[in-house]
Amino acid sequence: MYAQLVETGAKAVKTLDQMEPQERAFQERINAGIKTEPKDWMPEAYRKTLVRQISQHAHSEYVGMLPEANWITRAPTLKRKAILLAKVQDEAGHALYLYSAVETLGVTRDQTYLDLLSGKAKYSSIFNYPTLTWADIGAIGWLVDGSAIVNQIPLCRCSYGPYARAMVRVCKEESFHQRQGFDIMQALCKGTPEQKAMAQDALNRWWWPSLAMHGPPDELSANSAQSMAWKIKQNSNDELRQRFIDQTAPQIEFLGLALPDADLKWNEARGHYDYGAIDWEEFFNVVNGKGPCNQERLAARNQAWEEGAWFREAMSAYAAKQEQSDMQGAT
Amino acid sequence: MSHKFQYLLRLGDNCLVLSQQLAAWCGHGPALEEDLALTNVALDLLGQARLWLSYAGEVEGRGRDEDALAFGRDGLDFRNLLLVEQPNGHYGNTVARQFLFDAWHRQLLAGLCESSDPRIAEIAQKAVKEVRYHVERSAGLMIALGNGTALSHARMQDAVNMLWPYTNEWFDSDAIDAQCASAGVAPAASSLAAAWRADVETVLGRAGLTTPTYTGHQRGGKLGVHSEHLGRLLTALQFMQRAYPGAQW
Repeated sequence: MYAQLVETGAKAVKTLDQMEPQERAFQERINAGIKTEPKDWMPEAYRKTLVRQISQHAHSEYVGMLPEANWITRAPTLKRKAILLAKVQDEAGHALYLYSAVETLGVTRDQTYLDLLSGKAKYSSIFNYPTLTWADIGAIGWLVDGSAIVNQIPLCRCSYGPYARAMVRVCKEESFHQRQGFDIMQALCKGTPEQKAMAQDALNRWWWPSLAMHGPPDELSANSAQSMAWKIKQNSNDELRQRFIDQTAPQIEFLGLALPDADLKWNEARGHYDYGAIDWEEFFNVVNGKGPCNQERLAARNQAWEEGAWFREAMSAYAAKQEQSDMQGAT
Repeated sequence: MSHKFQYLLRLGDNCLVLSQQLAAWCGHGPALEEDLALTNVALDLLGQARLWLSYAGEVEGRGRDEDALAFGRDGLDFRNLLLVEQPNGHYGNTVARQFLFDAWHRQLLAGLCESSDPRIAEIAQKAVKEVRYHVERSAGLMIALGNGTALSHARMQDAVNMLWPYTNEWFDSDAIDAQCASAGVAPAASSLAAAWRADVETVLGRAGLTTPTYTGHQRGGKLGVHSEHLGRLLTALQFMQRAYPGAQW
């Protein structure tokens, strides 16, 4: 999931009877499956929750470019290089739609972005892990984008129109990304013993962070109930995590890789895979800035921003000069 | 080695090396829109490199494909212009390098569209459409940055001055150029100079920048005598194929 621990400001979900008429009318529209659009009235807490969630999602796309871009110059073939470049470019496109979706809620892109740079805003914990080998590029596409799709398909039905529509396009691209990741893994698994070992190592390192990515278990997710009542979120973290595990475990077997979790087993009675305990302490450490790459990722974004300041200022100054000369030309 | 093979390596290596440089910006550009646009250019050039190098491998006839040529040659066998291997520097250095190259690249591809070799003409016809956009973009950025702020103006002038000595070797004609020109495979190297210069002077003029008068020049790229920068670029480019020889990816 690209947005984790999104604060809704709600301690308990209100019933319709407890709401003022305007809020009640809003909730009834939500319950009837009618999308909320930027100019519609919405409770302030709903607006703020969306700003937090969509901006976190945008930041995740933008920061998420870094671990994958780390391998563009070293991709093993020209074809793989072209695919990876196009994929990372797609992530930039996703960030752009999502920052635009945040703007529809009255917050400018610069304001949103400065919150990331200052460390105030969060992005998905997963991008604080390093890409150490080429197989990590396969594992990210397969597992991280795989997790993202599981999370984002329900977001296509999110109650906020601009976010839902952005997700439709994002999901199409993500499903291509996932296939390319799996394709990299397949090539590695059919390759030399060294390549297969590289694939196994990447699976082992990315498996648990990919599960944690869906967010804390339901009993620890105080904000989920409100987000679900607003139909921003449609499924609980645990449901989505289970869905991801159920679809991915057979793929691990298909690749001929060892399962990364001794407790990962099909449970006939539940109709799902069982899995081992997730290390939530590690997850909260990474979310709170203590992951392996938190400092590097934020430093890289800050460096690009600071070193690009002269460029952005010059482009704005030129645009202003052009506007002025157009106005003079018109009079 | 045939002249045509050598000439195709020059075409392919220019695109490959420049694409590799631009790809290094991905995720680190000064704005999201620049990350998107510059990556487009990198992708176009990478696509062109693959077409040229694949054809070079066929012409050579020793069974080398695009990857064998990209990842299996050392710097001495690279035939790109020195300009494209000059470091990315700040974004203005990258923009200036791109503009000077794009303006030449467009003239070259326009000439190659008329090649007597149908495969070369076909690739050039595809590539020239992309490169027309590259020039439009890089020229637009030159004009904006040249006129933007005092700082951007100074940076762009410095960038142009620094890169200018690398813009002459393109027009030098050697045996390979002469042979390809006389066979109608490619336009004569020197024939592109006037149009390139006119285009560049127009854009620099609109950018409020001075065309450098320095006439000395750096040469050697087309013959495999490179600057120190190429070796480091190849270290990253070729790492995987060198570390895992013979593996399929």
